[in-house]
Amino acid sequence: MIEVKGLVKTYGPKRAVDGVTFTVKRGEILGFLGPNGAGKSTTMKMITGYLRPTAGTAIVDGHDVAIDPVAVKRKVGYLPESAPAYGEMTVQEFLGFIAEIRGFRSSQARATQIERAIRLTHLEPVRHQSIETLSKGFKQRVGFAQALLHDPPVLILDEPTDGLDPNQKNEVRSLIKSMATEKAVVLSTHILEEVEAICTRVIIISQGKVVVDETPAQFQARQPGARLDAIFRSLTQSDT
Amino acid sequence: MSQIVPLFKREFLGYFRSPVAYVFLSIFLIASVGLAFFIGGFFKANVASLSSFFNLHPWLFLFLIPAAGMRLWSEEKRTGTIELLFTLPVTTLEAVLAKFLAAWTFLAVAILLSFPMIITVAYLGDPDWGIIVTSYFGSILMAGAYLGVCTVTSAMTKNQVISFVISVVVCLIILLLGFSVFNETLTSVLPIWVSDLIANFSFSTHFEPFTKGIIDPKDLVYFLSLIGFSLFINVLVLER
Repeated sequence: MIEVKGLVKTYGPKRAVDGVTFTVKRGEILGFLGPNGAGKSTTMKMITGYLRPTAGTAIVDGHDVAIDPVAVKRKVGYLPESAPAYGEMTVQEFLGFIAEIRGFRSSQARATQIERAIRLTHLEPVRHQSIETLSKGFKQRVGFAQALLHDPPVLILDEPTDGLDPNQKNEVRSLIKSMATEKAVVLSTHILEEVEAICTRVIIISQGKVVVDETPAQFQARQPGARLDAIFRSLTQSDT
Repeated sequence: MSQIVPLFKREFLGYFRSPVAYVFLSIFLIASVGLAFFIGGFFKANVASLSSFFNLHPWLFLFLIPAAGMRLWSEEKRTGTIELLFTLPVTTLEAVLAKFLAAWTFLAVAILLSFPMIITVAYLGDPDWGIIVTSYFGSILMAGAYLGVCTVTSAMTKNQVISFVISVVVCLIILLLGFSVFNETLTSVLPIWVSDLIANFSFSTHFEPFTKGIIDPKDLVYFLSLIGFSLFINVLVLER
């Protein structure tokens, strides 16, 4: 579903992402780990077609993001970090806009998609409230609703559980898990338990390079009995 | 190109979802009509014409259009919604066109809301209707050219104040090129054909014929090519 080939992004002399290569198949949930500034978000932004890679490319569902970014954007649901949204719109208006631009032009098709997204993310109580007045948890869920509104085959989520309380975190995790059977999911996170709980594969990126690409079980087996964050620290120490 | 419709709708209605539209429309009408009465000498001229109203538009636009245009892209950059926008299936050109057209339509509404002025002159005397129509047409066209400059500066920064100040300065320079004081200074140092050429780039030089009831193709070409050029630069700035 997602094929990332040698992605490079340079900012001046700094190589933010330095030859990242991996693939994600349908049904997989890929956990993207790494210290802040390691290049996680930059990599995701390049896969979604927001940033243009300096070199390399990503192929999403058969479309090359360097050649046809709009086709890739149609296939991807993306939750940017801190879930930006147009604050002056209500939840319903905002999702209506997303549905329309995602190609649901008849009002009935639009309503179906909005209802589905609102139901999945439990936004019913705030649907007529303007987004700027919502709490962080609800804002995050609006971003999530926006990402899965068109039932995309590929979901890219930049810290989907950031700012949520433990109950909401659990809910989002089970939602991701339930949808993953027919989708390819990439999510970045700082919470190692999250990787253990839902991811089928883990990639650790450090200083723009992939240092680990294996299953959570293999990752744990590197130092049997050790805590995950201890293994993480030993692998990414060069970054700090 | 069908993606322009939902983008345009969101942008245009966005003005009315916040107090921006109401504050701007009120100030615009008070300032435009107030200037005509107190500085333009609307009554003193003792003629049933709106020339005292339209002659001041180049000066009025100098401050009010950067105020309306400064938020166009800088707001998206500041709140991070630009990342959302450009991971939706739209091209940069579609987004630029939709935003520009929405803001231009909004400005056209502001200009046309001065219609009580028409009623006033029609009540007081027997105005030349042709001149009123061409003046409104020219004024809206000129507003588009001012707005074009503002969209470019807005796309270059996430700070609205910087965007506003640079827009005012650039528009002021383009406006002053046509004024005799400025032009005579140029004539003393440059050959006449060069200073004529420079004067030809001014907003006011090309707006004046409209207020006299003349629609000259070269003025149309001037405003439309200024708009086209600034939108082209806008796309380049965003794709950088």
